[in-house]
Order: sequence, then structure tokens, then C-alpha cells
Amino acid sequence: MKRLAALIRKESLQILRDPSSILIAFVLPLILLFIFGYGVNLDSNRIRVALVLESNTPDILSLATAFTNSRFFDTRVGQERRTFSHDLGKGAIRGIIVIPSDFSAKNAGSAEGAPLQVITDGSEPNIAAFLLNYAKGVIQVWLKHQGEDRGRAAEERIALESRFWYNEELKSRNFLIPGSIAVTMSLIGTLLTALVIAREWERGTMEALMATPVSIMEILLGKLIPYFLLGLGSMSVCWLVAALWFNVPFRGSFPALLIATAVFLLSALGQGLLISSYARNQFLASQIALMSGFLPAMMLSGFVFEIASMPAPVRGVSCVVAARYFVESLQTLFLAGNIWPVLLSALAAMLLISAALFALTAKKIVKRLDA
Amino acid sequence: MTDREASLQAPQSQGTYAGREALVVFHDLLKRFPGMNRPALKGICGALYPGSVTGLVGPDGAGKSTLMRLLVGLLCPDAGSARVVGFDPASQADRIHPLTGYMPQKFGLYEDLSVMENLRLFADLRGLAGAARQKRFAELLRFTALEPFQSRLAGKLSGGMKQKLGLACALLGEPRILLLDEPSAGVDPISRRELWRMVQALLPGGMAVAWSTSYLDEAERCDAVIVLNEGAVIYDGAPADMLRSVQGKSWEISGIAPQRRRALLMGLLKEGQVKDAVLRGSSIRIVTQRKEQGGAQEAVLGTGPAARECAGRWHPAQPRFEDAFIDMLASMQEGGPVDAFALEGAIVEEKPDSGEAVIEAEALSKRFGDFTAVKNSSFQIRRGEIFGLLGPNGAGKSTIFKMMCGLLQPSSGTARVMGLELKRSSAKARMRIGYMAQKFSLYASLSVLQNLRFFSALYGLFGKIRQERIAMAAKLFGLEACLGMNAENLPPGFKQRLALACAVMHQPDVLFLDEPTSGVDPLTRREFWLHINAMVSKGVTVMVTTHFMDEAEYCDRIALIYRGETIAIGTPEALKEQAGGSGGRGLSLEEAFIALVEQSEARHEKNTMHEHEQVKENGP
Repeated sequence: MKRLAALIRKESLQILRDPSSILIAFVLPLILLFIFGYGVNLDSNRIRVALVLESNTPDILSLATAFTNSRFFDTRVGQERRTFSHDLGKGAIRGIIVIPSDFSAKNAGSAEGAPLQVITDGSEPNIAAFLLNYAKGVIQVWLKHQGEDRGRAAEERIALESRFWYNEELKSRNFLIPGSIAVTMSLIGTLLTALVIAREWERGTMEALMATPVSIMEILLGKLIPYFLLGLGSMSVCWLVAALWFNVPFRGSFPALLIATAVFLLSALGQGLLISSYARNQFLASQIALMSGFLPAMMLSGFVFEIASMPAPVRGVSCVVAARYFVESLQTLFLAGNIWPVLLSALAAMLLISAALFALTAKKIVKRLDA
Repeated sequence: MTDREASLQAPQSQGTYAGREALVVFHDLLKRFPGMNRPALKGICGALYPGSVTGLVGPDGAGKSTLMRLLVGLLCPDAGSARVVGFDPASQADRIHPLTGYMPQKFGLYEDLSVMENLRLFADLRGLAGAARQKRFAELLRFTALEPFQSRLAGKLSGGMKQKLGLACALLGEPRILLLDEPSAGVDPISRRELWRMVQALLPGGMAVAWSTSYLDEAERCDAVIVLNEGAVIYDGAPADMLRSVQGKSWEISGIAPQRRRALLMGLLKEGQVKDAVLRGSSIRIVTQRKEQGGAQEAVLGTGPAARECAGRWHPAQPRFEDAFIDMLASMQEGGPVDAFALEGAIVEEKPDSGEAVIEAEALSKRFGDFTAVKNSSFQIRRGEIFGLLGPNGAGKSTIFKMMCGLLQPSSGTARVMGLELKRSSAKARMRIGYMAQKFSLYASLSVLQNLRFFSALYGLFGKIRQERIAMAAKLFGLEACLGMNAENLPPGFKQRLALACAVMHQPDVLFLDEPTSGVDPLTRREFWLHINAMVSKGVTVMVTTHFMDEAEYCDRIALIYRGETIAIGTPEALKEQAGGSGGRGLSLEEAFIALVEQSEARHEKNTMHEHEQVKENGP
């Protein structure tokens, strides 16, 4: 116990004196959060589109006004489709909405309904889908207003009323920030532990430690405990930035957040330990930590890319990425609240992963140099 | 003496030495590492006894560290067994660790912790508590003279102080066995001596000490030595007994004029019965093939012109450990050494002598932040001269060296090579320079031939000349048999040959050598110097850094560098005289170095005291 305390004291002194630990724990998360918070934005506000009006009837002009007034579109208006096809190819506009000359006639009384063409840039499928949906929304609203104007609201076919629960304004930042906290934390947890142990190997201090009566368990705990606490500190910084700077709502409870963070840190630190048992120099350790910690957390955690839409094998791989469960927990805690069924299953998965990592590490690390 | 001899014949089977029970015994230890073509240790036997220092002696890669790590349970042997105070290191390392103090290479200190914090950490890890702890701290701080530096970070200590702190940390908790892995590597001679004295002071308490080293003069002072080469024991016993094998083979030729030293050395080495010859100031020491008790001149020196020149000036010499070591290594070497003399005739065209300085430093200084690495260094090197920068690690010799070859910008002063400042001069001027960096700087994953091709192209050789030079280098340096091997798989001696070949293929006028022989065995070191001597005899100018005192003997002139200051410049003989005044004869270069450093320290102290007094006088 005394030996463990001595190791923890030593590690804390080193953390305080080494600017790089502080940098990784407190400055790196800030940088990442600001990049994700400002740089990555999945909302497509004001998509640039061309509006082609093949005729000038009041109907068409009123619909065109609905488009130009929409906060989703940045429109330029023309008479012919051809004039814009080049802009679409260049990417200067994302789509063309064509209101044909027979629109008014058919809208007035045709049974089959009025035709309207939306041409989108299929090379950007996300934006294309947004565009189509936004266009549908504009038309729906316009039809409703028209009906009311003409006093035949009853004729309205179906009124779609969308409500987005948990993120009413559909701000992508609200789910990106909790996700990026998870990515940041997995980077910190894995990278810090892998680096500091590799540093001990490089400087020959690991050899000196191993030749004392200290046990390998004490050496590992002596690394884990300080960096676990540092990770919690780093999490607090992330939370403050998310809640106070980015105004992301937080609907869960702090104890739940603490538990989720603690369990996730175990798996990240465990991964760092496992890496350091293979990589004994800092360069290799940091490369492996980035490849196995940061990249999967980025790609396979559902933070940016929807897991449900991944092919089955990749979905399978994502099951062993602890960050996936942490992203889920954080998004739940921030946007929905303490939804215990979701949280508990995520916690269980993370615990399982940590247990596996620690078991592997314990098997691999012995108090010898040639293991 | 009789029971000592008896125990030496079979120390491992009896496990006693001078009536004392061995604390550590090991039998037939075998250790392989994956990816190595030969075992790191093959069938090593030996023992460590209380109250004595056992030297583990051998060049880098001989297996010294591997043996220590096996004994302290940090490695597991593939075969064989060991007992440390009755415990098996492979399975009972936890019983051994409280009983052993182990100082790994580079001392194993936390550089970002202070002296006291390092001590506290290792005391806690070794379970040293209460009043005993405070007492031990006080003792060790006094013992290591680190008392005034308790709160200094270990990383800010000098090499010698780090070494002492490493020792103090290993001594916490009263170990019975002390294992020191290359404790003196890269440390200045004064600190080396102090450490040796400190370890001697531990012996009466019954401590068994293992001290690994590649310095042969240290080996000579040990109570017993285990000499390792390429993973095998080539000698186990008292150093004095090892010397007996060269009794009657060691000779000294004295009174040689400085300008004839190198020519005579080369001449003598061409004689068949001369196995080894080294420069020692104005003398040459030789080892002959056979014992020639009271022999005739022809039998000792041969019949060549060099032998005739030495007539009447030779006499039997007291054998030294190095003589015996070389004698053993040379008889074991397979295939014999390469013909180093071929280089003399083949590779170098005569460089004309213009009578001017080839390399010139003028008031060179280098500051890194508020740390002055080099202070006001000036020297001139003439054509065909070997100039050595001598000093412990961190003294500033590499900094001077790098400024001279244009790799580092001086803070003030100028560095000129052949009248040019290299940092500004063209690639063409650089073609006239050969450079061999520390650790040989070869491309490990390229083959020998690919390295030769790459470096020849780098130095601007092409076409037919390039082909010829590569073929010649391969022949002269004995690399023909291993052209297809990757550089990383070469034995250290061959790596060094290849590195030298790469640096001289373009036949440079000036050769810069940075620690060219650290980590290679003494035999390879001699061969290396033969090559250098051959080139120098044709007018090549050489600037070399080293911390081996014996290597410095090959230099025509030496600059002693200590704490960034050039404390003395001159021929090895002149330095010895300067150190000991007129009665300085018989001083070794190391003793001269120590004396000169002490003189400089004394001056320094006087100056600072003077400054203090002035401050007092002028103060408010």
C-alpha cells in the first residue's frame, strides 16, 4: 500500500512537471471540442438552389416566394433550366427546382396533382436528401396556406407535422458535442497511458522499478489511478465547455455522468496499458494509440457515421469499440436524461470490454523485460 | 593465495572463494533473443562473492547486461540455472529484489524528480521507513556528496552526480548484492574514481558487487573478472592471473620522437611476431606472439627497418590487462584481421601540404538559452595531423565538433575548414570532407553494397570511378563476403568498417570522426586506428572526439574539454607534463586529465571567490 502511494505520488509530481501531460489532458480536449463544435456542422442551412419558373402565373409566383422566403434555401431565380445546369455541375448550386408552365393549370383542378421537378446533386447524397425534404416541407406549407386562403382547408389531404424529440431544433451540434467528448476522452485515456509507460521504458526507469520489491500490480495501479483522476478532470473541462460555451442541454444527472465516464475511462486506460505492453517507445505507442483508439472512436462510434447504416461486418466491429457505448451514453445523458435501460446496457458493454482488456494486459505484462 | 587459486580453477562448482560462500552462482546460462543470429549468452558459468568486486568485462554486445538482468530476474534464461542468495531468479525474483541493489544503464533515475524525491520513491518501494530511513538518507547523501543538491532535479545533475544518485538509490534498504551495469560509461574520470572508492567502502560490510564495464583499466582493479566476448566467457578469475598469460610477451620501446611515432607503430605491426602495438606517449607498447624471456632483438621486434630504428631502446614491460585481453581475443578471432596496410598504398592519393592550418576554430562559443555549452574555444589543425577533442559526456566536445563541420551555428566566433566556413560553403567544398557520425549512421535496412552505393553517390561519385571505388572499399575493408547482408545484421566491428568505408570512398582531405570507436572491442579499435594512420600518413587531416583515454594517445594533439571550456591543448606528452609539472613523468593520460581538471576547478573557485569579494566590496 505504501509502495502504491509512493508510485502515485511520483506519477502526480511528473504530471505536474511535464507540460505535455497537461497539454494532452486539458488543452487537446479544448482544441478538439472547438474543432468539432464549429468546424463540423451537419445542418444544411440555406442550401443554394436555382428556382426555374417556366411561367409567370400568380400561383407560380406565390410558390416561388415561398421558396425564396424559406430559411432553408438560398435561391436564385431563372426562366430556363439550361442556364443552371452548368452551375450544378460546378457545385455552385446544390439543386434545381423546376416549376413547369402547366403547374397552375393542374394545381387548380387536375386529379393527378400538379407536377414539380426537383433536381439534386447526387454526388452529395446527404445534402440531396436534405434538399428534397426541405423542398417538400416548403410545398406542404404553401399548399396549406393556399387552401386556407381559398377557404377550403377541409380539402387538405394529409398534414405532416414533424416534431423532433430530444433535439427540438435539430441542431446537429447538440449531438455532435457529446459525441466529440467521447472521442476526445478515448484519445486522452489511451494516448496518455500508452505514452507515459513507453517513456518509462525508453528512459530505463521501468527497469529500475522492476528490480525493486514493487509488484507489477502496483506498477500498473500506480499508472492507472493518477491518469484516471486526470481523465475525470479532463471530462469536467469538456462538460463545462459543452454546457456553458456551446449551450448543449444537459438533462441527465451528474452521478450518472460520473459513472459512465469512470467506466469508459477504465476501458480507455486499459487499452493504453495493453498498447504499452507491446510498444516500448513513445513514437510507436502514440501511433498505435491513435490508430486503435482515436480512429475507431471517430469512425465506428456512431458519432458522425450512423452505425445502423453500416454494413453488417463493420457493425460487428463497432460492437467492441467502447467509444460507441460512451457516445450513446453521453448523447442520452445530454439530450434525453437518465434513460437507465440505455445507460445500463452501455455500461455493461463498456465494463465487459474493460475486463477483457485488463485480462489481456495482466496476461501479457509480467515483471520481466523479455515477456 | 592457494585457496584463492583453488577456487579460481573451479569457482562455480565449489561456490567458495577465499573461504567465503558465494552469494550468487550461475551455471550454463543460455539466452537467445528473437531475431538475433547468435545467442546473447551461451553457457555462462560464474559466481559473485561477498566482500569483492567482480568485473563483467567485454565490448558492447558481449552479454554483460543480459547476464545482470538474468541474475536480477528481469530476464528468464532459455537454459541453465542461477542461484542468488539461494533463490532462483527465474521463479523467485520477488525474494531476490529486496536483497539486491541494481543500477541499470543510464542509472534508471526519474529525471523530472529531484534528488530527494528519487531517494524517497526508491526508499518507499524498498520498504525503508521510520528512523532508519532518515538515518540512511543522511548517510547516503553524505556518502555521495549530494547533500547540497537535494532539491535539484535529477535531469539537471552532471553525469557523475547522476551516477552517484543512481548508486544511492540502489543502496537503499541494505542490499547484500549490488549489480552495477556500466556505471562509468560516459562519466568523467574524476567521477569514475570517486564511484570506485565508494564501492570499495561497501565491501568490508560483506557486499557482493558486480561491475560491468568496457574499460579495461577498470577491469584491472577488480578482485575477480569474468571476461565476456560474443556471449561466451573467455576468462574467469583474478585479473593478475590473466596477466600471467602474457608474462614475457609485453615490451616497451621508449624515447620515440613525436614525428616518428606513427610510422614506427605501423612498421612494427608489419612484423610477423608483433601481435599488438599501441602508442603510449613517447613510448610504444608491444605484445609478441610468443614468450621471449630475455630474447634477442630479432625475436622480439623482427628484422625490418622499424625494428632497426628501435634498437637498444626496448625493454620488457609490466603486462597490463589490455595486453592479455587483446592476446586472447586475437587468438580467438576467426579468419584473422583484414590487411589494414593495403589502404596505405591503395586508397589515398597524397594530399599536398600548403603549410597552412586546415581546420581552424577562432573564439568559438555556443549558448543554448542561458546555458553555455562551449566557451571561447580556439585551435588550429595542420595538414596530416590527428587532433582529438577529449572530455566526458556533456563537456561540450560534440558541440564544438558539430560547429566545425557546419552542422551547428556558433553563437560567436568562426569555424573554418580549408579556409571555408562550412555552414555557408557549397556542396562542392563538402565533397572534400568525410564525416563519420556517432553510432555509425548507416542505413540499417540497406545491404552493405547498397550503403556503399548510396554514400558514394551522396559524395558525388558516379560512373566508372564510383564502381571502382566501391570495389576497392569492399576489398580493402574486408567487406566482400558480406556485401548482400543488411547493415543491421553486421557484427559491430564490421559496422564500423562499413561506416569508415562510406566516409572515405571519395578520398576526402579532411575526416571528421565523432566517437568512432565507442562500443566496439579493442581489437576492432586497433584495426580502425591502423586505417586512420594509413590515411594520415598520406596527408589526410583528422579531427576526432573520444572519451577513451587510450584512444587519445593516437592523437598528435589533444584539446581537453571540460564544462564547455578548453582547459588545455597540446601533445599527449605536453599535457602530462603540464599536469605534473616537471616531475610529471609516468603520469597516464587519465591521471593528467584529472590533475588538469582539478587545477581548472581550483582556478574557477578562486575566480568566483574573488568575484564574491568584489561584490561584497562594491555592494551597498
